[in-house]
Amino acid sequence: MSPPLTPKPAWPDFDIHRALSRLRLEADWVALRHVRESSYHRSVRNGKPDSNRTSHDEGVMIETRIDGQIGYAATCDLSEAGLLHALKRAVALAGVTARFPVCALPEQVRPTTRGQYASPVGQPFDQMTLAGFTDHLLEACRRLTVTDAVINSVAEATLTETRQHYVSSSGADLYQQFSLISHHCGVTARAQGDIQQRSLNGPVARCVQGGLDQIDWESLYADCEQAGAEVMALLAADNCPDTTLDLILAPDQMLLQIHESIGHPLELDRILGDERNYAGWSFVQPGDFGRLQYGSALMNVTFDPGLSHQFAAYGFDDCGQSARREYLIRDGLLVRGLGSLESQHRLGVAGVANFRASGWNRAPIDRMANINLEPGSSSLETMIAATERGIYLQSNRSWSIDDYRNKFQFGCEYARLIEDGRLTRVVKNPNYRGITVPFWHSLKAVGNADERQVFGTPYCGKGEPNQMIRVGHAAPPCLFSQVAVFGGHA
Amino acid sequence: MNSWITTLEHWFDGVACTTWPWLRQDEGLTLRLDGEDQDYIRFNGGRVRQATAVRQIGLRLDYQANQRRCSQRLTLSGQLERDKPLVRDCLERLRQESQALPPDPWLVPLQNHGQSHVHHSGALPEVTGLIGELAEQGHDYDFTGLLAQGTLVRANRNSLGQAHWFSAENLFIDYSLYTVNPDGQNKAVKGFYAGSAWDRERYAARWRDNLQALRQLQRPNYTVQPGEYRVYLAPAAVDDLIGMVSWGGCSYQAFREGRSALGKLFEGRARLSPRFTLRENFAPGFCPRFNSLGELPPESLTVVAQGEPGSLLISSRSACEYAVNGNAAEPGGEGLRSPELLPGDLEQSAALQALGTGLYLSNLHYLNWSDVQEARITGMTRYACFRVENGEAVAPIADARFDESLYRLFGSALEALTRQTECCLATDTYGQRSVGGSQIPGALISAFRFTL
Repeated sequence: MSPPLTPKPAWPDFDIHRALSRLRLEADWVALRHVRESSYHRSVRNGKPDSNRTSHDEGVMIETRIDGQIGYAATCDLSEAGLLHALKRAVALAGVTARFPVCALPEQVRPTTRGQYASPVGQPFDQMTLAGFTDHLLEACRRLTVTDAVINSVAEATLTETRQHYVSSSGADLYQQFSLISHHCGVTARAQGDIQQRSLNGPVARCVQGGLDQIDWESLYADCEQAGAEVMALLAADNCPDTTLDLILAPDQMLLQIHESIGHPLELDRILGDERNYAGWSFVQPGDFGRLQYGSALMNVTFDPGLSHQFAAYGFDDCGQSARREYLIRDGLLVRGLGSLESQHRLGVAGVANFRASGWNRAPIDRMANINLEPGSSSLETMIAATERGIYLQSNRSWSIDDYRNKFQFGCEYARLIEDGRLTRVVKNPNYRGITVPFWHSLKAVGNADERQVFGTPYCGKGEPNQMIRVGHAAPPCLFSQVAVFGGHA
Repeated sequence: MNSWITTLEHWFDGVACTTWPWLRQDEGLTLRLDGEDQDYIRFNGGRVRQATAVRQIGLRLDYQANQRRCSQRLTLSGQLERDKPLVRDCLERLRQESQALPPDPWLVPLQNHGQSHVHHSGALPEVTGLIGELAEQGHDYDFTGLLAQGTLVRANRNSLGQAHWFSAENLFIDYSLYTVNPDGQNKAVKGFYAGSAWDRERYAARWRDNLQALRQLQRPNYTVQPGEYRVYLAPAAVDDLIGMVSWGGCSYQAFREGRSALGKLFEGRARLSPRFTLRENFAPGFCPRFNSLGELPPESLTVVAQGEPGSLLISSRSACEYAVNGNAAEPGGEGLRSPELLPGDLEQSAALQALGTGLYLSNLHYLNWSDVQEARITGMTRYACFRVENGEAVAPIADARFDESLYRLFGSALEALTRQTECCLATDTYGQRSVGGSQIPGALISAFRFTL
């Protein structure tokens, strides 16, 4: 009998309310965030098992406030002595921070919200055996391997279950359970000295919340076969031309375009300069909210933590603010930033519930969650038909943007030229470059709701100390006019 | 050695001694410890933005039996009696899991690769006092950055008796100083201090250099138009490029899978400059020499020798898979852990004179591949980058995008490397503080292509 896919460790009980009762005797205000996260990574490569690794992570972040400053201390020692030791460190750090504060923070930056959230789960992870799941991955790998030209094929998935409980001495009590899936299938082939790769929507872009019912294996196998066929087409293709064309981005590249050129520049902590030594600043100024025409009137962008099954859906952020959908950009106008209660207080602009930590051992900072480009009224077919000379790009392969989020260059796995309103030749190594605001002003058609696809990534990096966090991005295909594109060569 | 490390070492002894008797005769197990007791202090505008203390202990169990392998990592408390049942439970689950997996044809059988014990002791200051000093000094400047201070540990034992230990007590301050130039544009210099103790004078000397560069940035911008320029890449900028080379470029598995940027070099279809020699060199002790299998790679391994292919990094797993001899590279990534680009003969103090007219690039930002098969990299300039005319820095530049092949950059366009190298220590803190570092010279490049 094969064991279940996601066995849990025999974690000792941890009573967070009891711990809070003990610690609140030692400080005026205390909050605890207890996180238990099990993550199961399964991968096969070239039809052989490659990696089966599991992580069971547990710890507590303690916050305390002194003179309007919050000190943080994280510990994996959940004994009373361990928690007390951590609290003392948090108190010491809050005390010294209070001598040199960036800004005095009011009590309101830690709301006293109470509530629960749970990912919608159809088929729980433990209703499949490890052997059964491995068989699925092996089959995916087999379907990718369409010819002898294939030199590498990989199918991998990470299943994550997180339980997070936040309580504070002022009354917050939030319990959230997340069930998360991210998976990736990719193929590399070689012929006549060239090497090309193709994957299912780019690197680990298939990210959802939910149970195993979110993976349609038959559909995935078919996609693997198509990826195999497309990598062979790339090997026979010419390089993408070096020219200026109308550009249609598929939803799996819109993922990256939204992330880098909308999400990051709108983070209020970047605008406040917190990230200047690492991830960078932002071209967006505090006075731009309500004034800056970010893109064409077709551009509507939301922060949407409530979209069911999207990767970064949640009920509350990590300071206890209830999360709700908000427009960030409406009809092309910048209206709201991605900033938590702390950043909203510091900057005096409207924000969202996005104070998020990557784990128990990090303090929360302003992050993206689900940032989506809302559907329009066009369709891919209509956009192609309306394009005389253009190119249709799919699946991200490369990404780079400056530290103010202006000048970007992105590359994709697969492209087809558009000539006289029809998709024609496949071209390889497609890249494009631009500058954020002019680029979004060139948006001239947005696909409809039926063509919207939901993707995400587990790998959004930011913060000092560094934090990797999960984000979701949904978009339909979009058409941009006159963009510089180019291919690969020495 | 501080008390937390001593306690942790005893705990690890206890975990190992407890675990080995639980194993059956046909089972092999490696225990990998990672831990840290750190303070992370984040500054913005010369003030403290967030201050976080982190104590964490992770134990990874790499299990193998019956030609199968699997692994689990647990965060543990450091309290032996509390942790023992978790470890035992974990072992039992690994046992069950392995039986459900297909055989792994490339499994590396467990071996005893010996024992080692390295501790880099430090004399770290009280963190609250140091925060005060940094804030006081940064108050009159737009100082932003991260202080990371404390202890970190990596250790490895296996059921055949292998035992390696690496620990260090140190600190780094990774920071930026910002100013505004006459065009109203933000300009900044990057600063870095690292050590096993707090040396106020050494830090002050760094600041003096930073402030001098900051004054040079307070001039109107020069805009770099698309095209080719002579450039001098300071060591930090070269280090970013070497980091890209390490990202799959030096890996034998990546080479065989067609995703190595050095593929053309190792297939004999391209060459680099005779001035370019890249090697892995563990002598500086930036990181533990042992890898996750407990193997000890050669202290020095040349990847590219005077522009010619040397040895790619080959893990024991890749050696099994491809039937070649391995060199104890880290399985999984086969990346450089302690790279050294050998220096040249250009005096760093003469670099601007040698550049003549062109661009001085202190730092690069957000590099990625435009075309990995051609080793083409795109990225941005960042921090203190200048237009240089006749050997004099005349104006800061507005950040510009480049797109250039390593085969040209470190090939026909590589005019010189500096005689002096700089130690660039790892500052990554994803999950926990990284270990590692590099030794890198500056590079004079005859043609470097900007695109945007």
